Amino acid sequence: MRLTYLGASGSASYIAENSILIPLYGESVSAGFPSPAQDFVEKTLDLNELCIPHPAATFFVRAQGDSMIEAGIYSGDVLVVDRSLSASHGDTIIACLHGEMTVKVLELKPNVLLRPKNKAYKAIPITEESEFEVFGVVTSVIRKLDRM
Amino acid sequence: MTTVFALVDCNNFYASCEQLFRPDLKNKPVVVLSNNDGCIVARSQEAKTLGLKMGVPMFQVQADIEKHNVVCFSSNYALYADMSNRVMTLLEQEAPQVEVYSIDEAFLDLSGVSAVEDLLSFGQAVKAKVDKWTGISVGIGIAPTKTLAKLANYAAKKYPATGSVVDLMRRDRQQRLLALTDVGEVWGVGRRLSKRLQEQGIYTALDLARTDPKRIRHEYSVVLERTVRELNGESCIALESVRPVKQQIICSRSFGHKITESRELREAISKYTYRAAEKLRAEQRLCRVMSVFIRTSPFIKNAPFYSKNLSVELPCPTDDTRDLLAVANSIFRRIWRPGFRYMKAGVILSDFYEPGSFQADLFSPVGSRRHAKGMMKVLDQINHSGIGHVFFAAQGVSPQWTMKRDYLSPRYTTCWQDLPRVS
Repeated sequence: MRLTYLGASGSASYIAENSILIPLYGESVSAGFPSPAQDFVEKTLDLNELCIPHPAATFFVRAQGDSMIEAGIYSGDVLVVDRSLSASHGDTIIACLHGEMTVKVLELKPNVLLRPKNKAYKAIPITEESEFEVFGVVTSVIRKLDRM
Repeated sequence: MTTVFALVDCNNFYASCEQLFRPDLKNKPVVVLSNNDGCIVARSQEAKTLGLKMGVPMFQVQADIEKHNVVCFSSNYALYADMSNRVMTLLEQEAPQVEVYSIDEAFLDLSGVSAVEDLLSFGQAVKAKVDKWTGISVGIGIAPTKTLAKLANYAAKKYPATGSVVDLMRRDRQQRLLALTDVGEVWGVGRRLSKRLQEQGIYTALDLARTDPKRIRHEYSVVLERTVRELNGESCIALESVRPVKQQIICSRSFGHKITESRELREAISKYTYRAAEKLRAEQRLCRVMSVFIRTSPFIKNAPFYSKNLSVELPCPTDDTRDLLAVANSIFRRIWRPGFRYMKAGVILSDFYEPGSFQADLFSPVGSRRHAKGMMKVLDQINHSGIGHVFFAAQGVSPQWTMKRDYLSPRYTTCWQDLPRVS
Protein backbone atom coordinates (compact mmCIF):
# COMPACT_ATOMS: atom_id res chain seq x y z
CA MET A 1 0.00 0.00 0.00
CA ARG A 2 1.32 3.43 -0.83
CA LEU A 3 0.23 6.46 1.03
CA THR A 4 0.91 10.00 -0.04
CA TYR A 5 1.66 12.25 2.80
CA LEU A 6 0.12 15.59 1.94
CA GLY A 7 1.18 19.02 3.07
CA ALA A 8 4.42 19.94 4.76
CA SER A 9 4.35 21.26 8.22
CA GLY A 10 6.28 24.45 8.82
CA SER A 11 5.72 26.94 11.54
CA ALA A 12 4.87 30.53 10.74
CA SER A 13 8.11 31.75 12.17
CA TYR A 14 10.07 29.81 9.56
CA ILE A 15 8.03 31.28 6.73
CA ALA A 16 8.33 34.85 7.91
CA GLU A 17 12.05 34.66 8.17
CA ASN A 18 13.28 34.79 4.60
CA SER A 19 16.05 37.35 4.76
CA ILE A 20 19.28 36.43 3.05
CA LEU A 21 22.62 37.60 4.35
CA ILE A 22 25.12 38.86 1.78
CA PRO A 23 28.77 39.12 2.66
CA LEU A 24 30.36 42.49 2.00
CA TYR A 25 33.60 41.03 0.64
CA GLY A 26 34.03 37.63 -0.88
CA GLU A 27 37.60 37.22 0.28
CA SER A 28 39.77 38.64 2.96
CA VAL A 29 42.75 40.70 1.91
CA SER A 30 45.85 40.64 4.01
CA ALA A 31 47.59 43.96 4.15
CA GLY A 32 50.55 43.32 6.38
CA PHE A 33 54.11 42.03 6.14
CA PRO A 34 53.99 38.37 4.97
CA SER A 35 55.18 35.84 7.51
CA PRO A 36 58.85 35.04 6.87
CA ALA A 37 58.30 31.50 8.15
CA GLN A 38 55.62 30.71 5.56
CA ASP A 39 58.04 29.31 3.01
CA PHE A 40 59.54 26.93 5.51
CA VAL A 41 56.37 25.12 6.46
CA GLU A 42 56.87 21.74 4.85
CA LYS A 43 54.72 19.27 6.65
CA THR A 44 53.87 17.97 10.07
CA LEU A 45 55.29 14.74 11.42
CA ASP A 46 53.02 11.75 11.63
CA LEU A 47 53.80 8.95 14.08
CA ASN A 48 52.05 6.48 11.78
CA GLU A 49 54.64 7.20 9.15
CA LEU A 50 57.37 6.30 11.61
CA CYS A 51 55.81 3.14 13.04
CA ILE A 52 53.44 1.80 10.39
CA PRO A 53 54.86 1.45 6.88
CA HIS A 54 52.29 -1.25 6.03
CA PRO A 55 48.93 -0.22 7.53
CA ALA A 56 46.96 -3.10 5.98
CA ALA A 57 49.31 -5.58 7.64
CA THR A 58 49.72 -3.83 10.98
CA PHE A 59 48.01 -4.96 14.16
CA PHE A 60 48.33 -3.81 17.74
CA VAL A 61 48.52 -6.15 20.71
CA ARG A 62 48.93 -5.47 24.42
CA ALA A 63 51.79 -7.05 26.34
CA GLN A 64 51.14 -8.79 29.63
CA GLY A 65 53.58 -10.09 32.22
CA ASP A 66 57.34 -9.73 32.61
CA SER A 67 58.84 -12.31 30.24
CA MET A 68 60.29 -9.61 27.97
CA ILE A 69 61.39 -6.89 30.40
CA GLU A 70 65.06 -7.17 29.40
CA ALA A 71 64.01 -6.30 25.86
CA GLY A 72 62.23 -3.22 27.17
CA ILE A 73 58.73 -4.64 26.87
CA TYR A 74 56.67 -4.16 30.01
CA SER A 75 53.25 -5.27 31.02
CA GLY A 76 50.63 -2.95 29.51
CA ASP A 77 52.77 -1.81 26.56
CA VAL A 78 51.16 -1.67 23.14
CA LEU A 79 53.18 -3.58 20.57
CA VAL A 80 53.06 -2.71 16.89
CA VAL A 81 53.01 -5.93 14.87
CA ASP A 82 53.75 -6.04 11.15
CA ARG A 83 52.55 -9.20 9.41
CA SER A 84 54.10 -8.27 6.08
CA LEU A 85 57.62 -8.93 7.38
CA SER A 86 59.12 -12.39 7.33
CA ALA A 87 60.45 -13.32 10.75
CA SER A 88 64.18 -13.93 10.87
CA HIS A 89 66.70 -14.88 13.53
CA GLY A 90 66.69 -12.42 16.41
CA ASP A 91 63.34 -10.80 15.63
CA THR A 92 60.87 -10.14 18.39
CA ILE A 93 57.73 -11.88 17.22
CA ILE A 94 54.17 -12.57 18.18
CA ALA A 95 53.77 -16.31 17.98
CA CYS A 96 50.73 -18.51 18.23
CA LEU A 97 51.94 -21.39 20.36
CA HIS A 98 49.62 -24.16 21.48
CA GLY A 99 46.60 -21.94 21.01
CA GLU A 100 48.00 -18.90 22.79
CA MET A 101 49.49 -15.66 21.59
CA THR A 102 52.89 -14.89 23.04
CA VAL A 103 55.68 -12.36 22.49
CA LYS A 104 59.22 -13.75 22.40
CA VAL A 105 62.47 -13.48 20.51
CA LEU A 106 62.76 -15.96 17.66
CA GLU A 107 66.02 -17.84 17.37
CA LEU A 108 66.67 -20.03 14.35
CA LYS A 109 70.27 -21.10 14.98
CA PRO A 110 71.58 -23.41 16.14
CA ASN A 111 68.10 -24.59 17.15
CA VAL A 112 64.66 -23.12 16.62
CA LEU A 113 63.38 -21.67 19.86
CA LEU A 114 61.44 -18.85 21.44
CA ARG A 115 63.54 -16.94 23.94
CA PRO A 116 62.00 -14.87 26.71
CA LYS A 117 64.01 -11.79 27.67
CA ASN A 118 64.05 -12.44 31.40
CA LYS A 119 66.63 -14.63 33.06
CA ALA A 120 63.97 -16.13 35.30
CA TYR A 121 62.35 -17.85 32.29
CA LYS A 122 63.53 -20.72 30.12
CA ALA A 123 63.64 -20.75 26.34
CA ILE A 124 60.87 -22.72 24.62
CA PRO A 125 62.14 -25.19 22.02
CA ILE A 126 60.10 -25.42 18.82
CA THR A 127 59.84 -28.90 17.38
CA GLU A 128 57.85 -30.62 14.69
CA GLU A 129 55.15 -31.36 17.25
CA SER A 130 54.77 -27.76 18.44
CA GLU A 131 51.60 -26.07 17.31
CA PHE A 132 53.51 -23.03 16.27
CA GLU A 133 52.85 -20.20 13.87
CA VAL A 134 54.27 -16.70 13.51
CA PHE A 135 51.53 -14.08 13.80
CA GLY A 136 53.82 -11.17 12.99
CA VAL A 137 57.01 -9.28 13.74
CA VAL A 138 57.01 -6.68 16.52
CA THR A 139 58.44 -3.43 15.14
CA SER A 140 57.71 -0.84 17.83
CA VAL A 141 56.73 -0.59 21.48
CA ILE A 142 54.39 2.13 22.65
CA ARG A 143 54.41 2.93 26.35
CA LYS A 144 52.43 5.59 28.14
CA LEU A 145 54.45 6.96 31.02
CA ASP A 146 52.89 7.21 34.44
CA ARG A 147 52.27 10.73 35.70
CA MET A 148 52.08 11.78 39.30
CA MET B 1 42.03 -6.75 -26.18
CA THR B 2 40.64 -9.71 -24.24
CA THR B 3 39.06 -8.80 -20.98
CA VAL B 4 40.41 -10.52 -17.87
CA PHE B 5 38.55 -10.54 -14.57
CA ALA B 6 39.54 -12.05 -11.26
CA LEU B 7 37.15 -12.70 -8.43
CA VAL B 8 38.84 -12.70 -5.04
CA ASP B 9 36.74 -14.18 -2.27
CA CYS B 10 37.70 -14.54 1.40
CA ASN B 11 37.27 -18.04 2.79
CA ASN B 12 34.70 -18.30 5.59
CA PHE B 13 35.28 -14.61 6.17
CA TYR B 14 33.52 -13.87 9.48
CA ALA B 15 34.67 -17.13 11.03
CA SER B 16 38.25 -16.52 9.82
CA CYS B 17 38.26 -13.04 11.41
CA GLU B 18 37.28 -14.57 14.74
CA GLN B 19 39.84 -17.39 14.47
CA LEU B 20 42.68 -15.05 13.55
CA PHE B 21 42.80 -13.60 17.09
CA ARG B 22 41.96 -16.86 18.81
CA PRO B 23 44.66 -19.34 17.84
CA ASP B 24 43.05 -21.82 20.22
CA LEU B 25 40.11 -22.00 17.79
CA LYS B 26 42.21 -22.95 14.80
CA ASN B 27 40.78 -26.10 13.19
CA LYS B 28 37.77 -25.95 15.53
CA PRO B 29 34.14 -25.59 14.52
CA VAL B 30 33.18 -21.90 14.77
CA VAL B 31 29.93 -20.23 13.76
CA VAL B 32 28.93 -16.58 13.64
CA LEU B 33 25.34 -15.62 14.40
CA SER B 34 23.14 -12.98 12.83
CA ASN B 35 21.82 -9.92 14.63
CA ASN B 36 20.28 -10.79 17.93
CA ASP B 37 22.05 -14.16 17.84
CA GLY B 38 19.24 -15.53 15.68
CA CYS B 39 20.65 -17.61 12.83
CA ILE B 40 23.96 -18.98 11.64
CA VAL B 41 25.43 -16.58 9.08
CA ALA B 42 29.00 -17.89 8.80
CA ARG B 43 30.79 -21.14 9.48
CA SER B 44 34.37 -22.29 9.69
CA GLN B 45 35.33 -25.24 7.49
CA GLU B 46 35.01 -27.54 10.50
CA ALA B 47 31.48 -26.28 11.23
CA LYS B 48 30.55 -26.89 7.59
CA THR B 49 31.91 -30.41 7.82
CA LEU B 50 29.69 -31.01 10.86
CA GLY B 51 26.73 -30.29 8.59
CA LEU B 52 25.67 -27.00 10.20
CA LYS B 53 23.76 -25.13 7.52
CA MET B 54 23.72 -21.46 6.63
CA GLY B 55 20.71 -19.51 7.85
CA VAL B 56 19.32 -22.04 10.31
CA PRO B 57 17.93 -20.57 13.52
CA MET B 58 20.20 -21.15 16.51
CA PHE B 59 17.59 -22.93 18.61
CA GLN B 60 17.15 -25.61 15.96
CA VAL B 61 20.77 -26.70 16.17
CA GLN B 62 21.41 -26.03 19.87
CA ALA B 63 21.86 -29.73 20.59
CA ASP B 64 24.45 -30.19 17.80
CA ILE B 65 26.29 -27.12 18.94
CA GLU B 66 26.63 -28.41 22.47
CA LYS B 67 27.47 -31.94 21.39
CA HIS B 68 30.34 -30.89 19.14
CA ASN B 69 31.56 -27.95 21.26
CA VAL B 70 30.94 -25.51 18.44
CA VAL B 71 32.13 -22.03 19.41
CA CYS B 72 29.51 -19.34 18.70
CA PHE B 73 30.11 -15.65 18.10
CA SER B 74 27.71 -12.76 17.79
CA SER B 75 28.38 -10.69 14.66
CA ASN B 76 31.28 -8.33 15.37
CA TYR B 77 30.84 -5.87 12.52
CA ALA B 78 33.59 -3.53 13.70
CA LEU B 79 36.10 -6.36 13.38
CA TYR B 80 34.81 -7.66 10.03
CA ALA B 81 34.70 -4.20 8.48
CA ASP B 82 38.28 -3.49 9.55
CA MET B 83 39.57 -6.81 8.20
CA SER B 84 37.64 -6.32 4.97
CA ASN B 85 39.22 -2.89 4.52
CA ARG B 86 42.66 -4.40 4.89
CA VAL B 87 41.99 -7.05 2.25
CA MET B 88 40.48 -4.53 -0.17
CA THR B 89 43.33 -2.05 0.34
CA LEU B 90 45.83 -4.76 -0.58
CA LEU B 91 43.86 -5.75 -3.68
CA GLU B 92 43.80 -2.12 -4.76
CA GLN B 93 47.59 -2.12 -4.56
CA GLU B 94 47.83 -5.21 -6.74
CA ALA B 95 45.34 -4.58 -9.53
CA PRO B 96 44.76 -1.58 -11.76
CA GLN B 97 41.02 -1.58 -11.04
CA VAL B 98 38.97 -3.10 -8.23
CA GLU B 99 35.27 -3.38 -7.65
CA VAL B 100 34.43 -4.19 -4.04
CA TYR B 101 31.51 -6.50 -4.58
CA SER B 102 30.66 -7.34 -0.99
CA ILE B 103 32.36 -7.30 2.41
CA ASP B 104 34.40 -10.39 1.46
CA GLU B 105 34.50 -10.35 -2.35
CA ALA B 106 36.06 -8.14 -5.00
CA PHE B 107 36.36 -8.23 -8.78
CA LEU B 108 39.70 -7.18 -10.22
CA ASP B 109 40.18 -6.02 -13.78
CA LEU B 110 43.37 -7.69 -14.95
CA SER B 111 43.13 -6.82 -18.64
CA GLY B 112 46.66 -6.00 -19.63
CA VAL B 113 48.28 -7.88 -16.78
CA SER B 114 48.57 -11.02 -18.93
CA ALA B 115 50.86 -9.14 -21.28
CA VAL B 116 53.49 -8.82 -18.59
CA GLU B 117 52.85 -11.76 -16.35
CA ASP B 118 51.45 -15.24 -16.30
CA LEU B 119 47.95 -14.93 -14.84
CA LEU B 120 48.14 -18.03 -12.67
CA SER B 121 51.37 -16.93 -10.98
CA PHE B 122 49.96 -13.43 -10.61
CA GLY B 123 46.91 -14.88 -8.85
CA GLN B 124 49.08 -17.05 -6.64
CA ALA B 125 51.21 -14.06 -5.67
CA VAL B 126 48.13 -11.99 -4.78
CA LYS B 127 46.71 -14.84 -2.74
CA ALA B 128 49.99 -15.37 -0.89
CA LYS B 129 50.26 -11.67 -0.09
CA VAL B 130 46.70 -11.29 1.21
CA ASP B 131 47.05 -14.49 3.25
CA LYS B 132 50.29 -13.34 4.85
CA TRP B 133 49.56 -9.65 5.38
CA THR B 134 46.05 -10.00 6.75
CA GLY B 135 45.83 -13.59 7.94
CA ILE B 136 42.68 -14.07 5.87
CA SER B 137 42.93 -16.75 3.22
CA VAL B 138 41.29 -16.10 -0.13
CA GLY B 139 40.33 -18.00 -3.26
CA ILE B 140 40.87 -16.47 -6.70
CA GLY B 141 39.15 -17.26 -9.99
CA ILE B 142 40.46 -15.74 -13.21
CA ALA B 143 38.46 -15.70 -16.47
CA PRO B 144 37.48 -13.54 -19.44
CA THR B 145 34.04 -12.71 -17.98
CA LYS B 146 32.70 -11.99 -14.53
CA THR B 147 30.34 -14.97 -14.64
CA LEU B 148 33.19 -17.32 -15.56
CA ALA B 149 35.42 -15.71 -12.91
CA LYS B 150 32.73 -16.52 -10.34
CA LEU B 151 32.72 -20.09 -11.59
CA ALA B 152 36.51 -20.29 -11.52
CA ASN B 153 36.39 -19.08 -7.92
CA TYR B 154 33.84 -21.76 -7.11
CA ALA B 155 36.24 -24.35 -8.53
CA ALA B 156 39.14 -22.84 -6.57
CA LYS B 157 37.17 -23.45 -3.38
CA LYS B 158 35.72 -26.79 -4.28
CA TYR B 159 38.88 -28.49 -5.53
CA PRO B 160 41.77 -28.24 -3.03
CA ALA B 161 44.25 -29.43 -5.67
CA THR B 162 43.95 -26.02 -7.33
CA GLY B 163 45.65 -24.34 -4.37
CA SER B 164 42.73 -21.92 -4.29
CA VAL B 165 43.70 -20.18 -7.54
CA VAL B 166 42.10 -21.15 -10.86
CA ASP B 167 42.97 -19.67 -14.24
CA LEU B 168 40.03 -20.25 -16.54
CA MET B 169 41.16 -18.22 -19.54
CA ARG B 170 41.44 -21.19 -21.89
CA ARG B 171 38.24 -22.29 -23.61
CA ASP B 172 38.84 -26.04 -23.26
CA ARG B 173 39.28 -25.64 -19.50
CA GLN B 174 36.10 -23.56 -19.30
CA GLN B 175 34.13 -26.24 -21.11
CA ARG B 176 35.46 -28.97 -18.85
CA LEU B 177 34.45 -27.09 -15.70
CA LEU B 178 31.07 -26.08 -17.11
CA ALA B 179 30.29 -29.72 -17.81
CA LEU B 180 31.11 -30.63 -14.19
CA THR B 181 29.03 -27.87 -12.62
CA ASP B 182 25.34 -27.85 -11.77
CA VAL B 183 23.43 -25.06 -13.45
CA GLY B 184 22.38 -23.82 -10.00
CA GLU B 185 25.99 -22.87 -9.23
CA VAL B 186 26.09 -20.33 -12.05
CA TRP B 187 26.18 -16.68 -10.91
CA GLY B 188 22.69 -15.23 -11.05
CA VAL B 189 20.86 -18.55 -11.39
CA GLY B 190 18.85 -18.95 -8.23
CA ARG B 191 17.11 -21.99 -6.85
CA ARG B 192 13.78 -21.28 -8.55
CA LEU B 193 15.37 -20.58 -11.88
CA SER B 194 17.55 -23.68 -11.78
CA LYS B 195 14.47 -25.80 -11.11
CA ARG B 196 12.76 -24.37 -14.16
CA LEU B 197 15.88 -24.90 -16.28
CA GLN B 198 16.20 -28.50 -15.11
CA GLU B 199 12.63 -29.16 -16.15
CA GLN B 200 13.71 -28.18 -19.65
CA GLY B 201 16.67 -30.54 -19.56
CA ILE B 202 19.29 -27.92 -18.71
CA TYR B 203 21.22 -29.54 -15.86
CA THR B 204 24.79 -28.36 -16.10
CA ALA B 205 26.38 -24.99 -16.70
CA LEU B 206 27.50 -26.36 -20.07
CA ASP B 207 23.90 -27.18 -21.02
CA LEU B 208 23.03 -23.57 -20.28
CA ALA B 209 26.01 -22.24 -22.22
CA ARG B 210 24.91 -24.26 -25.26
CA THR B 211 21.36 -22.95 -25.24
CA ASP B 212 20.51 -20.36 -27.86
CA PRO B 213 20.78 -16.94 -26.19
CA LYS B 214 17.83 -15.60 -28.17
CA ARG B 215 15.64 -18.41 -26.96
CA ILE B 216 16.74 -17.74 -23.39
CA ARG B 217 15.91 -14.07 -23.71
CA HIS B 218 12.51 -14.96 -25.12
CA GLU B 219 11.63 -17.58 -22.51
CA TYR B 220 13.41 -16.17 -19.47
CA SER B 221 14.97 -12.75 -19.37
CA VAL B 222 17.57 -10.52 -20.86
CA VAL B 223 19.58 -11.01 -17.67
CA LEU B 224 19.82 -14.76 -18.19
CA GLU B 225 20.68 -14.22 -21.83
CA ARG B 226 23.63 -12.15 -20.68
CA THR B 227 24.64 -15.01 -18.38
CA VAL B 228 24.63 -17.41 -21.34
CA ARG B 229 26.82 -15.06 -23.36
CA GLU B 230 29.19 -14.63 -20.42
CA LEU B 231 29.46 -18.41 -20.01
CA ASN B 232 30.64 -18.50 -23.61
CA GLY B 233 33.40 -16.02 -22.91
CA GLU B 234 31.70 -12.88 -24.17
CA SER B 235 32.09 -10.20 -21.50
CA CYS B 236 28.80 -8.37 -20.96
CA ILE B 237 29.16 -7.16 -17.39
CA ALA B 238 31.80 -4.54 -16.88
CA LEU B 239 33.62 -3.65 -13.72
CA GLU B 240 31.76 -1.09 -11.67
CA SER B 241 34.76 0.74 -10.38
CA VAL B 242 32.69 3.48 -8.85
CA ARG B 243 30.55 2.14 -6.11
CA PRO B 244 26.97 2.57 -7.24
CA VAL B 245 24.92 4.81 -5.02
CA LYS B 246 22.67 2.78 -2.82
CA GLN B 247 19.12 2.41 -4.00
CA GLN B 248 17.82 1.78 -0.56
CA ILE B 249 18.82 2.19 3.05
CA ILE B 250 17.47 -0.29 5.54
CA CYS B 251 17.83 -0.10 9.30
CA SER B 252 16.22 -2.96 11.08
CA ARG B 253 16.96 -5.14 14.07
CA SER B 254 15.49 -7.91 16.05
CA PHE B 255 14.95 -7.09 19.68
CA GLY B 256 16.64 -8.67 22.68
CA HIS B 257 13.24 -9.36 24.18
CA LYS B 258 9.76 -9.27 22.69
CA ILE B 259 8.19 -5.83 22.79
CA THR B 260 4.55 -5.42 23.75
CA GLU B 261 4.39 -1.72 24.56
CA SER B 262 3.74 0.88 21.90
CA ARG B 263 6.13 3.40 23.46
CA GLU B 264 9.04 0.98 23.33
CA LEU B 265 8.40 0.02 19.75
CA ARG B 266 8.00 3.65 18.70
CA GLU B 267 11.33 4.50 20.32
CA ALA B 268 13.04 1.66 18.50
CA ILE B 269 11.64 2.87 15.19
CA SER B 270 12.73 6.42 15.99
CA LYS B 271 16.22 5.15 16.68
CA TYR B 272 16.39 3.28 13.34
CA THR B 273 15.02 6.37 11.62
CA TYR B 274 17.84 8.39 13.09
CA ARG B 275 20.44 5.83 11.93
CA ALA B 276 18.92 5.61 8.46
CA ALA B 277 18.88 9.40 8.09
CA GLU B 278 22.51 9.51 9.18
CA LYS B 279 23.43 6.95 6.51
CA LEU B 280 21.41 8.88 3.95
CA ARG B 281 23.38 12.03 4.69
CA ALA B 282 26.64 10.11 4.44
CA GLU B 283 25.58 9.02 0.93
CA GLN B 284 24.74 12.66 0.16
CA ARG B 285 21.26 11.81 -0.99
CA LEU B 286 17.74 12.90 -0.24
CA CYS B 287 14.94 10.36 -0.08
CA ARG B 288 11.30 10.66 -0.95
CA VAL B 289 9.83 7.32 0.10
CA MET B 290 9.91 5.97 3.61
CA SER B 291 8.60 2.61 4.81
CA VAL B 292 8.22 1.30 8.31
CA PHE B 293 7.57 -2.31 9.23
CA ILE B 294 6.85 -4.16 12.44
CA ARG B 295 6.41 -7.86 12.96
CA THR B 296 6.09 -10.68 15.43
CA SER B 297 8.16 -13.87 15.29
CA PRO B 298 7.09 -16.41 12.67
CA PHE B 299 8.84 -19.16 14.64
CA ILE B 300 6.63 -19.14 17.72
CA LYS B 301 3.94 -21.73 17.38
CA ASN B 302 0.41 -21.09 18.64
CA ALA B 303 1.02 -17.34 18.78
CA PRO B 304 -0.77 -15.02 16.38
CA PHE B 305 1.49 -13.68 13.64
CA TYR B 306 1.31 -10.03 12.73
CA SER B 307 3.39 -8.25 10.14
CA LYS B 308 2.69 -4.86 8.67
CA ASN B 309 4.60 -2.63 6.34
CA LEU B 310 3.49 0.82 5.24
CA SER B 311 5.20 3.24 2.86
CA VAL B 312 4.76 6.97 2.54
CA GLU B 313 5.74 9.30 -0.23
CA LEU B 314 6.98 12.59 1.11
CA PRO B 315 5.99 15.80 -0.66
CA CYS B 316 9.62 16.74 -1.08
CA PRO B 317 12.85 14.69 -0.87
CA THR B 318 14.61 15.22 2.45
CA ASP B 319 17.53 14.10 4.57
CA ASP B 320 16.35 15.88 7.68
CA THR B 321 15.97 13.54 10.64
CA ARG B 322 13.11 15.68 11.97
CA ASP B 323 11.05 15.25 8.79
CA LEU B 324 11.67 11.54 8.74
CA LEU B 325 10.87 11.14 12.43
CA ALA B 326 7.54 12.87 11.91
CA VAL B 327 6.72 10.54 9.01
CA ALA B 328 7.91 7.44 10.88
CA ASN B 329 5.70 8.29 13.82
CA SER B 330 2.67 8.91 11.66
CA ILE B 331 3.19 5.57 9.90
CA PHE B 332 3.70 3.86 13.22
CA ARG B 333 0.37 5.13 14.53
CA ARG B 334 -1.33 3.51 11.56
CA ILE B 335 0.34 0.10 11.71
CA TRP B 336 0.54 -0.40 15.47
CA ARG B 337 -1.81 -3.03 16.88
CA PRO B 338 -1.76 -3.81 20.58
CA GLY B 339 -1.78 -7.33 21.94
CA PHE B 340 1.17 -8.73 20.01
CA ARG B 341 4.68 -9.60 21.08
CA TYR B 342 6.81 -7.76 18.52
CA MET B 343 10.14 -9.25 17.56
CA LYS B 344 11.41 -7.00 14.82
CA ALA B 345 10.96 -3.53 13.36
CA GLY B 346 12.70 -1.45 10.78
CA VAL B 347 12.67 1.52 8.47
CA ILE B 348 13.49 1.61 4.77
CA LEU B 349 14.39 4.75 2.86
CA SER B 350 14.18 4.72 -0.93
CA ASP B 351 13.59 6.81 -4.06
CA PHE B 352 16.80 8.79 -3.76
CA TYR B 353 17.64 12.17 -5.24
CA GLU B 354 20.81 14.14 -5.51
CA PRO B 355 20.50 17.44 -3.69
CA GLY B 356 19.30 20.04 -6.16
CA SER B 357 18.24 17.55 -8.81
CA PHE B 358 14.51 17.68 -8.23
CA GLN B 359 11.79 20.23 -8.71
CA ALA B 360 10.96 21.82 -5.39
CA ASP B 361 7.35 22.35 -4.45
CA LEU B 362 6.30 25.82 -5.57
CA PHE B 363 3.94 26.23 -2.65
CA SER B 364 6.07 24.83 0.14
CA PRO B 365 7.52 27.42 2.48
CA VAL B 366 10.87 28.22 0.91
CA GLY B 367 13.71 28.23 3.36
CA SER B 368 11.55 26.89 6.13
CA ARG B 369 14.43 24.70 7.12
CA ARG B 370 17.13 27.17 6.29
CA HIS B 371 19.50 25.87 8.93
CA ALA B 372 18.57 22.21 8.63
CA LYS B 373 21.69 21.19 6.74
CA GLY B 374 24.01 22.81 9.22
CA MET B 375 22.15 21.43 12.17
CA MET B 376 22.18 17.85 10.86
CA LYS B 377 25.87 18.21 10.08
CA VAL B 378 26.62 19.29 13.63
CA LEU B 379 24.52 16.45 14.97
CA ASP B 380 26.37 13.86 12.88
CA GLN B 381 29.74 15.35 13.77
CA ILE B 382 29.04 15.18 17.49
CA ASN B 383 27.85 11.61 17.24
CA HIS B 384 30.82 10.48 15.15
CA SER B 385 33.44 12.29 17.20
CA GLY B 386 33.12 10.04 20.21
CA ILE B 387 32.66 13.12 22.39
CA GLY B 388 29.06 12.40 23.11
CA HIS B 389 25.76 11.28 21.83
CA VAL B 390 22.96 13.62 20.91
CA PHE B 391 19.60 12.17 20.11
CA PHE B 392 15.96 13.01 19.68
CA ALA B 393 13.62 12.54 22.61
CA ALA B 394 11.50 10.32 20.34
CA GLN B 395 14.25 7.71 20.55
CA GLY B 396 13.60 7.36 24.27
CA VAL B 397 16.02 7.86 27.10
CA SER B 398 16.40 4.35 28.49
CA PRO B 399 15.92 1.83 25.73
CA GLN B 400 15.17 -1.71 26.87
CA TRP B 401 15.05 -3.22 23.41
CA THR B 402 18.71 -3.32 22.42
CA MET B 403 20.07 -6.35 20.61
CA LYS B 404 21.05 -9.60 22.16
CA ARG B 405 24.74 -10.14 21.56
CA ASP B 406 25.73 -12.71 24.11
CA TYR B 407 28.79 -14.04 22.30
CA LEU B 408 30.43 -10.86 21.08
CA SER B 409 34.20 -11.05 20.66
CA PRO B 410 36.43 -8.06 21.49
CA ARG B 411 36.93 -5.33 18.90
CA TYR B 412 40.52 -6.49 18.49
CA THR B 413 41.48 -4.02 15.79
CA THR B 414 39.36 -0.95 16.46
CA CYS B 415 39.36 -0.36 20.21
CA TRP B 416 42.38 0.24 22.45
CA GLN B 417 40.75 -1.51 25.39
CA ASP B 418 40.07 -4.62 23.32
CA LEU B 419 43.53 -5.34 21.87
CA PRO B 420 44.59 -9.00 21.90
CA ARG B 421 46.75 -9.75 24.94
CA VAL B 422 50.09 -11.50 24.66
CA SER B 423 52.26 -12.74 27.49
